[in-house]
Amino acid sequence: MNVQSYPSKLLETAVEEFSKFPGIGRRSALRLVLHLLRQDIEDVDSFTRAITDLGHNVKYCRVCNNISDTDTCGICSSPHRDAGLICVVESIKEVMMIESTHQFNGLYHVLGGVISPMEGIGPADLSIEKLVDRVNQGGVREVIMALSATTEGDTTNFYIFKKLKDKPVLFSTLARGVAFGDELEFTDEVTLGRAILNRVKFDASIPG
Amino acid sequence: MHLKHLSAINFKSFRQVELELNPKINCFIGNNGQGKTNLLDAIYYLSMCKSAFNSSDRQVLRHGEQFFVIEGSYQRVSSNEDIYCGFKLDEGKIFRRNGKTYDRLADHIGFIPIVMVSPTDSALIDESGEERRKYMNGVISQYDRVYLDEVMRYNRLQAQRNSILKNHPHVSFSYDLLEAIDDQLVRYAQTIHAKRSSFVEQLIPIFMDYYNRVSGGEERVSIAYRSHLNDGDFKTMLRNNIQRDRTLQFTSIGIHRDDMVLSIDGYPIRREGSQGQQKTFLIALKLAQFEFLSRVSGIKPLLLLDDIFDKLDMDRVGFLINQVAHDGFGQIFITDTSKNRLDMILNRLNSGFRLFSIENSEVSIIAST
Repeated sequence: MNVQSYPSKLLETAVEEFSKFPGIGRRSALRLVLHLLRQDIEDVDSFTRAITDLGHNVKYCRVCNNISDTDTCGICSSPHRDAGLICVVESIKEVMMIESTHQFNGLYHVLGGVISPMEGIGPADLSIEKLVDRVNQGGVREVIMALSATTEGDTTNFYIFKKLKDKPVLFSTLARGVAFGDELEFTDEVTLGRAILNRVKFDASIPG
Repeated sequence: MHLKHLSAINFKSFRQVELELNPKINCFIGNNGQGKTNLLDAIYYLSMCKSAFNSSDRQVLRHGEQFFVIEGSYQRVSSNEDIYCGFKLDEGKIFRRNGKTYDRLADHIGFIPIVMVSPTDSALIDESGEERRKYMNGVISQYDRVYLDEVMRYNRLQAQRNSILKNHPHVSFSYDLLEAIDDQLVRYAQTIHAKRSSFVEQLIPIFMDYYNRVSGGEERVSIAYRSHLNDGDFKTMLRNNIQRDRTLQFTSIGIHRDDMVLSIDGYPIRREGSQGQQKTFLIALKLAQFEFLSRVSGIKPLLLLDDIFDKLDMDRVGFLINQVAHDGFGQIFITDTSKNRLDMILNRLNSGFRLFSIENSEVSIIAST
């Protein structure tokens, strides 16, 4: 469908905006816009208000960079969380994923990406210095690296490890191995190879 | 192990092809440009998840089509294995074994071991080290599933390192950052180096044996694995080379510069070897690869002989046939342009066979025993 075929400039602008979303092409964008047009104007208003509010009022936690409605996020300000543990993640998405496991009671640090010089992302583009500051302020016992198992994730691990290795903190990383509930037969050999190399003591592997 | 049934749709020049194959010898006769090599390439593709000749999957798609499919039914040890490969223009390719989709293609490579001998092998002698690294990668990846992943990670890290050396406009140069990459680079390089060393070391005696048998043992041939990592501690070398690398704006040492030195009587075969010696060298190298793969996998690989008799004198043809007719080989696929030569070859092989003709990418059966 070409640009000329839109019957209204307003429609075209709306489609244009929607198609900026990841994974949304012009066709899908048009479908969404037409859907909006069929809604009551009140619903449309509340939709746009939500988005405007998000754009204007959203804050990032000044401690961990997590998304927040207040200067310090709910996790960082909670008295029930263990401030001695910091889990380092790439983005807010991973905070939400780890939170939904209910297995972690420490704090987070959102880096805002991983180091990838090819894509022009160097250490200065990520909040690494801020992490080092947090550790320097004291009270941190362990820094847990929870980045993707890609070469870029590993490079970021190595880089941060160098920055923190002289500090009195334990530096750990997520376990890599056989996925829970997976049959060994269907585990890919790279993962299985690593799982054998990084095997764990049986009593430490029992859940709970 | 053998391929029982092969079918392909929209693969290279084939609109559709379907073949029942002989467990021992399968011959394809046809003039040049009729599709013989493409057919062997389909068999190669099912084993290696890529073409032996084209680096991009788009290039193996029949002109104007949106997808291709290759399917093979194998008898492997005591089980039947159905391998399916499907490629769609916008979705890429998938491989299935008995209906189950592979998560990673690397898990399939080596399951159906294969060796192809073709006129393009001369690149191993004539071309740059990249060809010889591809040869090493192609063999090692068939018995070591982790190896390809390690090579890919190494290459990725090296590309990241080069971006730092090139002074990417948004990333300021930092030794800490370089070192974070080098720590990993060194680990992968050392693993890959150890695997390549061990492979070449084991290949040498097998290769020498084949070469001597075909040549009568008059000249001394050798293969040596050359790598910067042979010369000392890689991490120290990387560190000592940083200024040089920064000037060059790329990583000047590492396993991406590895090579195999092929020589005859102490001189490079590329310069000193006659045409005949070079051909013998290449055939010995491929047969050694075959022998090596059957030893490590415990399965006799499929052997694809693409148009190789044309360029060989009758002595060497005779030798090759005797080798192939020997019990050590499994299922073999041969292409040739000459019916007379194939008849002669089949006579000497004295084994069950199936003979096909290929014309304009249509395959028909001529004879079967």
